Amino acid sequence: MARFSFLEWPVVRQLRTADSTARSSATVSEHTRELTSRNATADRVVQSVCPYCAVGCGQKVYVKDEKVIQIEGDPDSPISRGRLCPKGAASEQLVNAPGRQYRVLYRAPRATEWQKLDLSQAVDMVAERFIESRRRKWQDQDDAGRRLHRTMGIASLGGATLDNEENYLIKKLFTAAGAIQIENQARI
Amino acid sequence: MANADCIVIQGSNMAECHPVGFQWVSEAKARGARIIHVDPRFTRTTAIADKHVPIRAGSDVVLLGALINYVLTHDLWFEEYVRAYTNASFLISEQFRDTEDLEGLFSGYDPSTGKYDPASWAYQRERRDSAPEDAQTDRPGDAGAPSDASAHDGYGDGEAEGESHGSGGPPAASEPLRDETLQDPSTVFQILKRHYSRYTAEMVREACGISEADFEYLARSITENSGRERTTCFAYAVGWTQHTLGAQFIRTASILQLLLGNMGRPGGGIMALRGHASIQGSTDIPTLFNLLPGYLPMPKAELETVQDYIGAIASKQQKGFWANADAYTVSLLKAWWGDAAQPDNDWAYDYLPRLTGAHGTYQTLTEMLADEVEGYFILGQNPAVGSANGRMQRMAMSHLKWMVVRDFSLIESATWWKDGPEIDSGELRTEEIDTEVFFFPAATHVEKAGTFTQTQRLLQWRHQAVSPPGDCQSELAFFYELGLRIRERLKDSGDPRDRPLLDLTWDYPVDDDGDPDALAVLAEINGRHLTGPDRGKPLSSYTQIKADGSTEGGCWIYTGVYADGVNHAADRVPGQEQDEIAAKWGWAWPANRRILYNRASADPQGKPWSERKKLVWWDEAARKWTGDDIPDFPVDRAPGTEAPDGSGGPDALDGDDPFIMQADGKGWLFAPKGMVDGPLPAHYEPQESPVRNPLYAQQPNATRELFPRWDNLTAASRGVPGAEVYPYMFTTYRLTEQHTAGGMSRWLPYLAELQPEMFCEVSPELAAERGLEQNGWATLVSPRAAIEAKVLITERMTPLESGGRTVHQIGLPYHWGVGREAVVSGDAANDLLGITLDPNVHIQESKVGLCDIRPGRRPRGAALVDMVTEYQQRAGLTPQTGNERVTDPARELPGRELPAGEEGQG
Repeated sequence: MARFSFLEWPVVRQLRTADSTARSSATVSEHTRELTSRNATADRVVQSVCPYCAVGCGQKVYVKDEKVIQIEGDPDSPISRGRLCPKGAASEQLVNAPGRQYRVLYRAPRATEWQKLDLSQAVDMVAERFIESRRRKWQDQDDAGRRLHRTMGIASLGGATLDNEENYLIKKLFTAAGAIQIENQARI
Repeated sequence: MANADCIVIQGSNMAECHPVGFQWVSEAKARGARIIHVDPRFTRTTAIADKHVPIRAGSDVVLLGALINYVLTHDLWFEEYVRAYTNASFLISEQFRDTEDLEGLFSGYDPSTGKYDPASWAYQRERRDSAPEDAQTDRPGDAGAPSDASAHDGYGDGEAEGESHGSGGPPAASEPLRDETLQDPSTVFQILKRHYSRYTAEMVREACGISEADFEYLARSITENSGRERTTCFAYAVGWTQHTLGAQFIRTASILQLLLGNMGRPGGGIMALRGHASIQGSTDIPTLFNLLPGYLPMPKAELETVQDYIGAIASKQQKGFWANADAYTVSLLKAWWGDAAQPDNDWAYDYLPRLTGAHGTYQTLTEMLADEVEGYFILGQNPAVGSANGRMQRMAMSHLKWMVVRDFSLIESATWWKDGPEIDSGELRTEEIDTEVFFFPAATHVEKAGTFTQTQRLLQWRHQAVSPPGDCQSELAFFYELGLRIRERLKDSGDPRDRPLLDLTWDYPVDDDGDPDALAVLAEINGRHLTGPDRGKPLSSYTQIKADGSTEGGCWIYTGVYADGVNHAADRVPGQEQDEIAAKWGWAWPANRRILYNRASADPQGKPWSERKKLVWWDEAARKWTGDDIPDFPVDRAPGTEAPDGSGGPDALDGDDPFIMQADGKGWLFAPKGMVDGPLPAHYEPQESPVRNPLYAQQPNATRELFPRWDNLTAASRGVPGAEVYPYMFTTYRLTEQHTAGGMSRWLPYLAELQPEMFCEVSPELAAERGLEQNGWATLVSPRAAIEAKVLITERMTPLESGGRTVHQIGLPYHWGVGREAVVSGDAANDLLGITLDPNVHIQESKVGLCDIRPGRRPRGAALVDMVTEYQQRAGLTPQTGNERVTDPARELPGRELPAGEEGQG
């Protein structure tokens, strides 16, 4: 706290400055003057797009020490002009949600609880099951002898919250594997 | 939308579900536009509107059909536009019979299959050979390639198959007979007039519960705000799609907008307000069973060669850009299988698996319950809460051998085995569930780079802000790695079934974290030259795509997003430095055009319809199309051009054929092919309805997809015994502060606090009738489930007079689910829903259902199941209830029995 000065009395400031109605700088305390936006301390700002609905509002992601510290609307976006709705405005909390999971979990058959599992091992286990289920439920041809070349043992649901590039790889891999029951929210 | 003079929002609560997009509606209103909200509920959208028109959910085709009738009978259609740009003057087969003739069915209905043969809906055309004009049984490729729609339909059995063609609809005859006077009774125009003649203001009052004064206001508003100088825009969301005839809701609006001349023009059109960040993208590059990228269909078993397949999409003789489907197909196959795709192996066409019917998410659900599906990936979605008939969803998961859930947190689809509703009711025991569950934590939108495609087809690149923490991965990284591991395990396989996996192009550059480069994937999607001096260079336009293997591209409609090696999805010239088209912010498919079919914004001579509504026009001096948007038309095709006889594809487009993806270049008032449930929209009642169909003896859509099972019972509709047991309508919806099934919102303390608990909206009249108290509890019971919700009594819910009775509608948000992991939980509205589908797109009817409502909380444990069963028994429900296809008692038609094998206990 700076040393007390009569010149800092609000009423004196009101008379001294152009703010004669005391609705602006005359009422701002020193504490408030010393505050800075947390965004101003960010190491960098990255342009992004809101992940909720399909309007596609522009977002600015503020990063400090490799952590997301805030996400705000991007005034440059001709779609959203800087605005975000309650969900978009809360999306920093999506990244830093208290219930967010950071580790792979596995529930064994008939188990009552999760157990931890190494990521690489988990991917291997899925690859193994993928190949087995694919083979077990494989169909070469239909009753009329027409080629099917497909598996009915594997299904997938999801994509509307994912990137185009991700959907592309998902569809490409599943189709090459002969899996056809690939769906997303667009059907729902 | 900001350029509209009138905006009708129907089947959408835009202010709450797309709040930031809604600023453009507000802009239009500030400029003097009239805003009308047609909706069962008074919402925040209504609060901004000039007028609220409450409607009985599911009756929209009556209202829109009556508007069509109003426009036709008052001679308010945009004559020059309709004559030049639509198929109004085309002649339809003399075999065609309308719903007016057949008590609510069209000609071609087969009650034994529940499907239509669309042959009699086809255009009349001059015979080019001795084949009958409606020869629907020709096999593809057998017909010597006449420009004959049915010869190229590719569906040997002649059935209408909606999922089989791309965005431009199916092949159709390019040179049909026409009557320019529009007087011939076989013209589309006269058929349309007759079809909607009984859709009157009185019928709207009867069916929709809308007063004649409100109808008149709506009709005057849209007609006074259409024409050369003015445009009207419609906006819809899932309030239109989630019905057993959802696709026809949108068709009705399309007919109306074509008659009013509002398509392809600024401030016109029909805006689909989509609900997920890339739900448009995941349709363009589809994680959908029926499509390949760019709206190419997945092949069906009967299309045994690549020629069959391409012939089923389009004939070389038809007009427009679908005639180049061979190029799009070959380039896709080259992108996926590289050198393994060669002319002598049909470009690896046999590497593609084949469809034998619908394999949508609900068909797959029944396959899971039958133990036919072993493994299930759930990717950023929460079907235990978000899909219809939640109990069936969760029970199906208990039948799986293994499942993978990839999400940010432990959503209900990951935890149903330990704390789902069926554990509490005793229907499932954790210790007896064999399903293995893998939970993989996902990267958020700021922890990966890539594109979303938003609701107006605009691709926007997101830059990566930080690396994913812990085990969190993007789908890109996960699936790339999974693909590598699968290929590694199979690398020594000699099994021909494994060749498509081993020959797959699956080699992407990775970053320091080992994650694949999303830009390299986008470059593959865009496509590149494979031969010649430009070898390796990106394609800049879909017009460069070739059918000879000299190009590759993963999604033809996205070609150009990476033109010249520049990521145009990342274009970010600030909006304030651009005009309102803002062409340098992101990239819209196709070819960065912002308004589709914008050739129609100019008159047949190429001049804007008015100065006020100009967008693109013909520049006579420069001999090309120009304007504020990129012309969606061959740029040098002069307005008066008549395409030479015998030409096909883009060359066959006349100067006044603005609808360049349609086989005839015209906007379709009447759909001669492509819709499986009729060439014109007709009103049918929902699967569960409190009234009889006031228009036809036929009550529901006779082609809707049924799931007659004990775990998916249907409430009896009006006039059927037991109807009094479930007397009230309910409709489901979203709130601003939550997102779909809650996976991205109920875990956020801010949002959980803003909308903490499940509630139901009821009118004061219904509350009085059932003794419900404000802020008290209510239990809602449908034939599928019973749930509890807090009671919100509000005049925003309006009892309507329809079918000679008072119809009460209950509003239910669907964001909550039963589990222990979220900040807030609650009963799931979607548990109440049954599964009955639209036959065109296989979407469920989730906007209308029947239920009972009573005060108090629901029972716990096994007593909950007992309550649902007691209701079912009191109503006398069986799997047959409500699942008749044809409901005209005056006619003796078979087809009321259940098809064999459709019953199940789940």
